[in-house]
Amino acid sequence: MLKLIDVRTCYGKILALRDINIEIKQGEIITLIGANGAGKSTTLMTTCGILPPRCGEILFNGKSIVNMNPNRIVAMGISQVPEGRHIFPYLSVKENLDMGAFLRDDRDQIRKDMEYVFEMFPILAQRQHQQGGTLSGGEQQMLAISRALMAKPKLLLLDEPSLGLAPIIVRQIFDIIKKVNRENNTTIFLVEQNANLALNVAHRGYVMENGRITMTDTAENLLANDNVRKAYLGI
Amino acid sequence: MVSLEEIKKSLLTCIWFMFLTFPIMVIRVNTVQKVIEWRWINMLLVGVAGFILSFFWRNLFREKGKTGTEKQSPAKTDNISIFQKIREDRKRFLPVVALFGCFMIAFPLVFSLYQTNIMTTALIYVMLGLGLNIVVGLAGLLDLGYVAFYAVGAYSYALLNHHFGIGFWTALPLSGLLSALFGILLGYPVLRLRGDYLAIVTLGFGEIIRLILENWNEFSFGPSGIANIPRPGFFGMEMSLKGHTIYLYYLMILLVLFTIFVVNRLQNSRIGRAWIALREDEIACQAMGIDKARTKLTAFALGATWAGMGGVVFAAKTTFINPASFTIWESIIILCIVVLGGMGSIIGVISGAMILILLPEYLRAFSEYRMLIFGIVLVVMMIFRPGGIIPDIRRVYKYKGKETRMI
Repeated sequence: MLKLIDVRTCYGKILALRDINIEIKQGEIITLIGANGAGKSTTLMTTCGILPPRCGEILFNGKSIVNMNPNRIVAMGISQVPEGRHIFPYLSVKENLDMGAFLRDDRDQIRKDMEYVFEMFPILAQRQHQQGGTLSGGEQQMLAISRALMAKPKLLLLDEPSLGLAPIIVRQIFDIIKKVNRENNTTIFLVEQNANLALNVAHRGYVMENGRITMTDTAENLLANDNVRKAYLGI
Repeated sequence: MVSLEEIKKSLLTCIWFMFLTFPIMVIRVNTVQKVIEWRWINMLLVGVAGFILSFFWRNLFREKGKTGTEKQSPAKTDNISIFQKIREDRKRFLPVVALFGCFMIAFPLVFSLYQTNIMTTALIYVMLGLGLNIVVGLAGLLDLGYVAFYAVGAYSYALLNHHFGIGFWTALPLSGLLSALFGILLGYPVLRLRGDYLAIVTLGFGEIIRLILENWNEFSFGPSGIANIPRPGFFGMEMSLKGHTIYLYYLMILLVLFTIFVVNRLQNSRIGRAWIALREDEIACQAMGIDKARTKLTAFALGATWAGMGGVVFAAKTTFINPASFTIWESIIILCIVVLGGMGSIIGVISGAMILILLPEYLRAFSEYRMLIFGIVLVVMMIFRPGGIIPDIRRVYKYKGKETRMI
């Protein structure tokens, strides 16, 4: 479904991604784990067009999306939950969700999707008239994920959904991620620092170090791998 | 109640003020008799006034802090201002609007020509404010060169009329279009800028337009300006000066109504939502699939359109324009109208324009202190009502009692 071939991205003169290759198949949950500054978020930003790559090819369903405007990439069905949530603080929860469906016209379906999202996160339904900025961190993350789902994405990019959240809320969010994948057959590309959790929900994983992909395998194998266990799981 | 600490603080403030005002309030050099007068009594007055004012000032802050904490408690929800209450309740809102409408319609019949003229000016500023509100209030792009588009509108009418004899009604949409074009022209290079950087570039743009108009004599007739710009016609009817003034007033009312209608529709449209999203968070905006470049450009273009049309009316009203009417000061006044009235709120901008344009006219007696009062009002406003006189309703935080339980 999504294929990154020899993608290289730079910030000015600094090389952030060094010829990385990633392949994601329809219906999978793929996770990208690595330390701080490994280039995980850069990979996501490059994929969704906010940060165009220096060279390389990105294919989505066989079509090149390199150098496409971010809005056209979203229109093709790639939706992103940015790192640090980035909800609209002065808009209400409902308006935030409406913004998620910005590119869609089918009003009835949008209403149904909103009900689906509210079912998934009942707390958002309770707070739908509250301003986004007044929600707690966990609720904001739920809102950010829901907002991305409102775009009905084929591929959902999640950037560190566990950032700064209590373990119990993190587990709840990861359950939802699994549920979305199962019920809607949405392909999910998950970038995480919390390797243990991420590998537990994912089918396959990529390990990233200093802008390179150093390892890729099924999630079980990675969890069992000695190097991964030492470096990322602290066992 | 009055603690020693408070008195000490006020005393310090008053001494500081006495020191600051010493050179201008106390010393006076009499150049005729070549002596220096020491007016110690003034220092005493400054001291007493400073002491009392600083005392009150801090008291006000304490009061403000108190209401702030009360607002957060769910039991007290009726802290919202009277304006908002009126606006939320349709039954009360409509009569108020109707009454205001009647007043506006009857205005030129009741009041003198001079008053009507002032009101027309205020209405032009309402239009400008609503236009800038699109750029600053909705899209969150700080534009300090807005007057440039106003100038483009006024000059395009004046020049088109001078060279080709084009009338008011043809010039109105044409100038709007031309201004929109200039809006895009300015918008294109500043697409990547935000906040202060954008403000500086737009400031420069405003000055560039003014300097071109001032110095390019062959094109714009330089500082001497363009005179004998015709007033708008009404199906070729001959009108007296009085008739013209009243006609222009009603015309402006219609234009303002049209502006309100369009801005209101825009606000609730797809593009309006995109503007608001852009104001709140650019990254999220892109993640939602909003075309950042196009959204910014439409904001600049649509904002400029209203300025252009306002410029045409201005040129037609004064029948004479020169670059001195389009200084940076105008931009700042329009920005103050938007900020003081309430960013993003239509009623706020209207009341802001009325207050900022009409008050100086009626307070001619205090014209020497105009800038001083203006500054004080702005500072006080920003401290006690940072959202403006009538803030955007979107920012009102509705708290429902039953949702307060912890989850």
